[in-house]
Amino acid sequence: MRDSNAFNYPQGLNEVVTHYCPGCTHGIIHRMIAEVLDELGVRERTVGVSPVGCAVLAYNYFSTDYQEASHGRAPAVATGIKRARPDLMVYTYQGDGDLASIGMAEIIHAANRGEKITVVFVNNAIYGMTGGQMAPTTMPGQVTSTSPRGRDIAGAGHPIRMVELISTLRTPAFVARGTVVRPLQAIQTKQLLREAFTHQMEGRCFSMVEILSTCPTNWGMPPAEALTWLEKNMMPYYPLGVFKSPEEGIDRAPAPLCAL
Amino acid sequence: MKGCEAIGEAAIRANCTLFFGYPITPQNEIPEYMSRRLPEVGGTFVQAESEVAASNMLYGAAGAGERVFTSSSSPGISLMQEAVSYMAGSQLPVVIVNIMRAGPGLGGILPSQADYFQATKGGGHGDYRLLVLAPSSVQEAADLVQDAFDLADYYRNPVVILADGLIGQMMEPVEFKEDRQPCKPLPVKDWATTGWKGDGRPRAIVNSLFLDPTLLEHHNEALTAKYDVMARDEVRSAEYFTDEDYDLLVVAYGSVARVCLSAIRQLRTEGKRVALVRPISLYPFPSEVVDRAAKKAGRVLVVELSTGQMIEDVRLAVGKEMPVAFHGRTGGNLVTPDEAREKILAQLAQKEASK
Repeated sequence: MRDSNAFNYPQGLNEVVTHYCPGCTHGIIHRMIAEVLDELGVRERTVGVSPVGCAVLAYNYFSTDYQEASHGRAPAVATGIKRARPDLMVYTYQGDGDLASIGMAEIIHAANRGEKITVVFVNNAIYGMTGGQMAPTTMPGQVTSTSPRGRDIAGAGHPIRMVELISTLRTPAFVARGTVVRPLQAIQTKQLLREAFTHQMEGRCFSMVEILSTCPTNWGMPPAEALTWLEKNMMPYYPLGVFKSPEEGIDRAPAPLCAL
Repeated sequence: MKGCEAIGEAAIRANCTLFFGYPITPQNEIPEYMSRRLPEVGGTFVQAESEVAASNMLYGAAGAGERVFTSSSSPGISLMQEAVSYMAGSQLPVVIVNIMRAGPGLGGILPSQADYFQATKGGGHGDYRLLVLAPSSVQEAADLVQDAFDLADYYRNPVVILADGLIGQMMEPVEFKEDRQPCKPLPVKDWATTGWKGDGRPRAIVNSLFLDPTLLEHHNEALTAKYDVMARDEVRSAEYFTDEDYDLLVVAYGSVARVCLSAIRQLRTEGKRVALVRPISLYPFPSEVVDRAAKKAGRVLVVELSTGQMIEDVRLAVGKEMPVAFHGRTGGNLVTPDEAREKILAQLAQKEASK
């Protein structure tokens, strides 16, 4: 593949076949991260943290040092790595079950401490690896193997919007949401990733990019249909954009209390 | 120094640069001490959001090749068991101090030895072993903490210091040797995730996942081989009066062993022949020492601040023919020297009666 001028593997990726299902968007996101690491020239001092979930084997695909975290704990593991060796670039790669359910405490507090790490949060509204169970991000009415009659908000609540939640914290520097369903959006999302990693590279602060992603296998639809389903059902609820950025000075600090 | 502070200072002297922890009584003096001392020596203190997070920060930092340490007390140690299993599986060197308090559940905040099973028999899931060291004085706590870092690095394995609230809160003089040498040769951490340049060492992956059953079995066999070496080479115990004649062997560890020793010393002045074995390494358990010493007495008394945990290892060591009695206190109550004396005298009387 490296001989081809048309399509080269980024240096940040190993030339191996991934285990991802046909139509899955993890591969695109992996590639974009690897390209950003190459472009920023930081690959040799980057350590990734893989989650428990579909990306559990990410350490086989990226050509950087890697640590495998237990379920949900990637931000705590990344905290340990970064505090031990602040010269490293450290990122976590987490799914929605991992980050928004079992790892909620770890992500919130890593963000709030302002750990100088980057979090790539892949939201496909379902547990993929375990076979399509309901996630905290599953859409109302969405049928999964543990919500066979569709997610009932009366018992399961509404889907959690992580980027919105994190952006209410004062500390984090850069919080954004993109998607990879259309080429133009993928290009924009890569730009978000570049920005997130740049903030870390410049020692600024915590940065996080949520990426809306499809899971054709567990959604039970062909890949092309899954893309349309995401646009129709997820994008209105999970709007794209930059929610917090130091450059723009977006800061949701509360107004001071009146003097008593 | 107070026991907790001596433990903290010992970690600093062992070149530990990172502490991750969460407040819980009765060990708060350790994180407090580390939060004050670590910045003075260029280290980092992080107060985590939970013991779950603290133990995973430990995992990350140890995986990056640094000396790391946490302390907690029983309920907090329970929360760390997930990461302990992962650290054992991923072969990460970490030091974990458990200042045990009474359980189960929220239990109480007073001293206990009821986490013996948790520390020596697993605690987390899967086949793994931890080195478990139990100090009985503040000086010994300081010495064992420094050794623990060397042992952790040498074996690439978590090491637990199992102490009770009494050791943590007690004040005793402590000496730190300026010219202390590591108790083990310290290997280069070429497995740590320090950034991969593509030359020299292979890519570093800190991981305990092996989906192929054959590979996982090989991994477990390699771990077992390591544990076998630990079990052979790292047995530690202290013996008192075992080279004299005696009619009863007492086995106790930690602060309880000191109480028993006071009682035994007094009884010996009265002509009562009693000896003591104090296990210092709880894993590996000093089975041969206990067995040899027990055979000489023909009768054993085990004293613990639990309803009987270490006694199982004593029984395994001495065999089922040997009479093994037990005395334990729980709830945070201590064994007093008078109480120990009474139990020892009762065993001596029983032995006399059975002749």
